[in-house]
Parts: sequence; structure tokens; C-alpha cells
Amino acid sequence: MAQHNPWPDEGNTGHIWDEDIRELDNPPPLWWMLAFYAGFVMIVFYALYYPTIPWTDSHYKGMTGWTQVEEYKEDYQVLKNWRDQKFAQEEEQLAALPLKEIIENDELKTYAVKTSKVLFGDYCAGCHGAGGQGNPNFPVLADDDWLWGGKIDQIYTALEKGRIGNMPARGMMGNLNDEEVEQVADYVIALANGNGDDASVSAGKAVYQKGMCLACHGPQGKPLAANGATNLTDQIWRFSSERDEVIKTIKYGVMVKKDGELAPNTRNAVMPSFADRLPDAEVNMKRLAVYVHALGGGQ
Amino acid sequence: MSDQNKDPHYDATHKSQLEGMETSNKNLQNIGVELLSVHTDGTVHAKRISGRFRTIKWVVAAMWLTFFLGPYLQWDGRQAILFDLVNRQFHIFGLTILPQDIWVLAMMLLFAALALAATTAVAGRLWCGYACFQTVWMDVFTWLEEKFEGNPNKRQKLEQQPWNLDKIRKKVPKWLAWAFIGFMTGFSFVAYFDPALDLWARLFTLEWTSTETIIILGLAAATVFFAGFLREQVCIGFCPYARIQGAMIDTETVVPTYDVDRGEPRGRMRRPKPGEEAPELGDCIDCNLCVAVCPTGVDIRKGQQFGCITCGLCIDACDSVMEKIKKPKGLIRYASLAEFGGKPFTPFYKRPRVLVYTGIMTFAAVAMIWGLINMSPIDMKVLHERAPLFVQMSDGSIQNKYYAKVVNKTDQLLEAEITVDGPDSLIYIVDEKINVQPGTVGTATLLVRIPKGDIEQTNTPIDIKVQDLNNPQVKETYESMFISP
Ligand code: SF4
Ligand code: SF4
Repeated sequence: MAQHNPWPDEGNTGHIWDEDIRELDNPPPLWWMLAFYAGFVMIVFYALYYPTIPWTDSHYKGMTGWTQVEEYKEDYQVLKNWRDQKFAQEEEQLAALPLKEIIENDELKTYAVKTSKVLFGDYCAGCHGAGGQGNPNFPVLADDDWLWGGKIDQIYTALEKGRIGNMPARGMMGNLNDEEVEQVADYVIALANGNGDDASVSAGKAVYQKGMCLACHGPQGKPLAANGATNLTDQIWRFSSERDEVIKTIKYGVMVKKDGELAPNTRNAVMPSFADRLPDAEVNMKRLAVYVHALGGGQ
Repeated sequence: MSDQNKDPHYDATHKSQLEGMETSNKNLQNIGVELLSVHTDGTVHAKRISGRFRTIKWVVAAMWLTFFLGPYLQWDGRQAILFDLVNRQFHIFGLTILPQDIWVLAMMLLFAALALAATTAVAGRLWCGYACFQTVWMDVFTWLEEKFEGNPNKRQKLEQQPWNLDKIRKKVPKWLAWAFIGFMTGFSFVAYFDPALDLWARLFTLEWTSTETIIILGLAAATVFFAGFLREQVCIGFCPYARIQGAMIDTETVVPTYDVDRGEPRGRMRRPKPGEEAPELGDCIDCNLCVAVCPTGVDIRKGQQFGCITCGLCIDACDSVMEKIKKPKGLIRYASLAEFGGKPFTPFYKRPRVLVYTGIMTFAAVAMIWGLINMSPIDMKVLHERAPLFVQMSDGSIQNKYYAKVVNKTDQLLEAEITVDGPDSLIYIVDEKINVQPGTVGTATLLVRIPKGDIEQTNTPIDIKVQDLNNPQVKETYESMFISP
């Protein structure tokens, strides 16, 4: 601030910076003052119209009772009603339409898949993995190999009735000795790998007949119907592809009972029925069937 | 500058802009000393004379006609330029910009902002003087005023005259003309957001929404108020750009400047009376024409000042005078302070400031063009299923699952087809076609399978492609990975 004032006559306040920037003392223009006073008048109207004044326990409600929160709630309700109505519609259709039609209908299918995620996580993922990727000794749901069929209705039946695997120990008649079990194991492994020329394998082929394995697994190692027996010619193993494990499966069977209890070493293969386990089972089983069907291998 | 040393705010390390310049030239002597006054006494009634800069001004102003005509351009059966706020789509000719691509418009803004800075650094307030809507509208409004009320003298008189029939007869038609331009301005602006033809139709059936009505009438009123009544006060007192120009102009910027050395001492040309010695006068004959033509009421002879919008009209005026008195033109001319300081002229392409501005502009322009070229009306993102990452199928092949999200940026139903490119033996399963409603996202589940023997690495690159079935040149590719054990 300079000490001297080189502009004594222009009515400046004597505050001068950087040599020539000074503060003047001009009255504001009339229109500006009018707008300023109009502002005061506005405040009165504003304060009366809107909720403005806080009391101790509540506040002044304004002339119309309007609040931002109320307006927001109303708008939200409109959206929510619209959504609820749409969802109710989809639920209704889901319950009413046959499964085949649901998977043909893009919108409904998407709805079923999206609303199944949590259910699948709660009820199915424990055994079958979060994305249906399976777990050791529990089938993968995302592949194209189905023990009981991969059609939508077959999947639904599995959910509704449950599935219990079953294979007698040591062949259908239980008459295979340890050597024969090893031979048939070699044969089965060769079936999947597509090479079958060493002695054990050709011996195994005869054992396959003798043990009546073909009754379930089919004459070529391929079941003739979706009866729960595994396809022995493909790359997917219900339990394990290790020779020792294959031998174990044949020796002790699957779900073999002894005195009303599971026999030692036998494989466990039970999927319970979900008709009583799921809430709203009717529609939720349909929903899950669509979900599983869409995982990657549905037929 | 005299008592710098006494000033506690004076920073001794501060380097003057004038460092290394020859400061004997009078143009450099009054810099920073005097605060130049702005015109504050009543409306400026500037004289109109023809000249080079006047012509340039009209040409530049004519470009604003596109603002009024723009809404009527049609493209493919709809308005060519339409900012559809309700559907959140910006149409610019064949292009539809969705909110996802809005950064391209941001680049456009960056480019414009830097163009403003760069041109200012080169030649002062080119935008203000020639192109700014305030300047242009005000120019047209005062031109109309002259048509209705006559030259500046008559206008001044009319203003002082008490209200009578004659005054009303002159003023009312002028106001109506102004109001019409104001209305068209508001209307054209809104017509970029709501289709113009529809807006006209709804005007005559009185079906404008309250928002439309308020914006159009509000803009109309603002136009008349700003261009008709406030005029140069907007440039002097309101516009922030007027204030930051000081930081953008340096000693090498060329701006309309009065050559003090050549013009002073000014004085009227008089034939010396016999016996009297002819006074030694400069070239300025003190006719004040340069002040009379100035739309902001500035006297440029006092030096460059913030009231000056560098429109060049005073150059036209003074040149016409110099022509009459047979002196070389250019007593007022586009010149830089460096020129008066005896420094050689630096071409703009050698000035770091201009180069930096231009660099950023180039970046923005390249980004914008890149964005526009790569902007496809269709967009796809692909998510790979994570649980499980892959599945072994019964024939030993590996399957991966993907979710493709297809964005339709057009205003028509999109029928998209998804295909996959990768190893020869790759097969894929996906819906034959995906219907995506305009401006929405459609999802498709995609299954890709590769036989085990053909997989060479755990991550096989594949290209997922989407194509508009009705418009096969519209396509997008998404590079993804096929994961195997
Ligand atoms: S001084 Fe000259 S260049 Fe500046 S605004 Fe006035 S007429 Fe235009
Ligand atoms: S128009 Fe030229 S001659 Fe006339 S007063 Fe202005 S600078 Fe001087």
C-alpha cells in the first residue's frame, strides 16, 4: 500500500495496491440495490413456502408440506411399483409355462437365470461348485455329460425326485475275482483312451461280458438310455480316471448296502430330492432347472 | 515504476517482461502506470465506417447463420444435429454419441479452450473482436438501431428527447426487430434439443412444455437485454474472459496499437498564419474518429487496455483518415510491444507459449479424431466366466463360457450376430442373433470349444466379433482369452 495518494480527487478510499489498483467508494447502481432489497422480500416468501424453520422437536412444514425427501420417495415408489409389477408378471409366467417354453423365451430365461444365482449358491454349490464346476466325486454340471439326461425336463426330475447312483460290487452278479476286476478296469480305461491291444485289455473285454456290465453301461460302454450309468467311452469320469480308483469303484461298487448300512469303501452318489428342501419348491425347482440347463451343457 | 524500491510488495527477483528491450519508445513508457478508465457515461453510440476489418467482421459474423440454420438440416430422416437429452443420445449427422463416448465431446471442449488461448497469444482477443456471440449480436443489434433511428448523433438526441409519438414510432419497431432476433436465438438453441420442425408445429398449436417455453422466452429476453441494452458493459464488466486475457497476452502478441512515437504530439492540421512557425506535430490530427467508431468507447491512443476487444475498427477509421491526409497508413495497426521495443518479430511458430498451446490442441484433435473413427454404433464387452474357468467335455475338448454384452448406440433395433475367430478347430455355440433395443445393452451367453489336442498353451487368444446383420460394415472385435488346464 503506497503511502501517498496520487489520485486524491477520484474519491478512492486511500487503499492502493501495486501502485495503481485502488479501492473506490462508488455507490452500487440503483437496479442492483433494488434487486438486493427484492432479495429480502423473496426470503420472506421463501421461508413461508418451504419447510424452513426448525422447532425444538420438529420443524415448520411450509405452506404445501412439500419436502425433497417426500418427492424422492414418491418417485422411488413409482419405479419400485413398476419393477415389482414386472417381476410379479415374470414369476407368474415362470409358474404357469412349461419348462420347454421358458427356455425358448429369452426374457423369461434371463429372468430365471438371474434369480437363480443365490438359490444355486445356497442349495447346490456345496456339492456342485459355485459355477457348476463340480468337486471331486460330485458331478460337473457345466459339461455335456449327463448321467440322467441333460434335457430340461430330466434336470427338473433330478431336482424334484433326487437321484441315487447304484452299481453292484464286482460286477452285476458279484462274481468277479481281483484279477478280473483289474482286467476290466484296464479295459474301461482303454475304452476312454481309444487303445485296446494288450493282453489285459482283451481279457477285460471278456470280463465285461461275464460281469454283465453291459446291462447298464451298454454293449459298447455307452449306456443305451439315460439310466444313471456312466458313459465309459468319453473323457469324463464320474469318480476318477486313476487306475487304482477305477479298480476301487469296481471292487466296492456304488451305494452298495450291507445290513441296511452303506458297505465300507463303497462310493457315495446321492442327490437328495429338493421338493421338500427348497422354499416355494414348485417354481424354484423350475428356476434352478433353467439355470443348470444354461450352465453350458444343457441339451 | 518510480518507487518500486519502496514498495514492500515489489519482488526484486521478478523479471520484467520488458527485460532486454529498448524502452525509449513512448509506447512502452506508460505501461502499468495508469489505470485506463472505461466508458461509463451512458450508451456508446459508435459510428459505422467501412474498411478491411469491418468486412472481416461481417464475414466472421455470417458464420453464426449456421446456428440458425443448423436445426433444419436432415440426415437419414431425422434432424442432423440433435442432442436428445431424454434418450441420452447425441446425434451429429451419421454419428450417435452415447454417454459412454461423451469424452469425445470433452476433447472438443479442450480443443476449443486451447484454441482460444492460442489465438489470444498470437493476436489478442480475436474471439472477442470478431466471433463472440456478444460482439456479433451487439453488432447486428446496433446495425438495426442505425436503420431505425439514424446515425449516432440522431440516436443521442433521440435518447435525450422526452417520450413522444415520434420517439415511440422509432423505438417500438426497433424493439420488435430485436425481439424477433432474440426469439429466433432462443428458439434455435432449443431446436438443437427438441426437433425443430416439431417445435414449430407445437408453437402454433400452443403445445410447448413449460420448460421449453421458459428457456426460449428466457433466452429471448436475455438476448435482447445483453445485446440491446447492456452491450459493451458485458465485455467490460461481466465477461471473465476479458479479465484473463491479461495473462494470455504477452509482449509478442500483436494487438491494435496506436504508434505513439509517430502520432505525438497530436494536433489539428492548420495552415500556419504568415509569420507563424509551423508547429512540429506528429501524424495524429486528433480527429477522434478512432474513439467514435469504437464499440466499447475506448480511446486506443492511451494504450492497450482491457476495454479493448481488439476488433480493429479503429484501424479502419484511422487508415481512412491517413488516406485523406496522404500519410502512410498504420498509425494504428496490429503491432506487438516487442516491435516498439526494437526486438525482431518472432513468428508465432517459434514462441514456446504458442507451441505448448498448439501441442495440447493437437493432442485434443488427435484424440477426438481417433475417438470418432473408432466410435462404432455398436460396442461389445465380453466377460469370461470365472467359476469354472473351463470345463472338460465328454469328447475331451475344453469349453469356456463368456457373457457378451452388446451396446446398441443407434436408434434402430439392432440384430447382432456374434462370431468367434481362433484356432481352426474351434467351435462355438451362441444364439443365432441377438436383438438389442436402441440405446440399450443386450446380453448373450457364448460357449467356445477347442479339441484338447489343438490347444498349445493355457491362454489361447481368440477374437470375438459382433456384426450388425442389417448393416454388415458395422462391427466390433473384442480380444479375449481361451483358458485351458
Ligand atoms: S480500441 Fe479499437 S480495437 Fe479496441 S475495441 Fe475499440 S475499436 Fe476495437
Ligand atoms: S483516427 Fe487516427 S488521426 Fe484520428 S484521432 Fe485517432 S489516431 Fe488520431
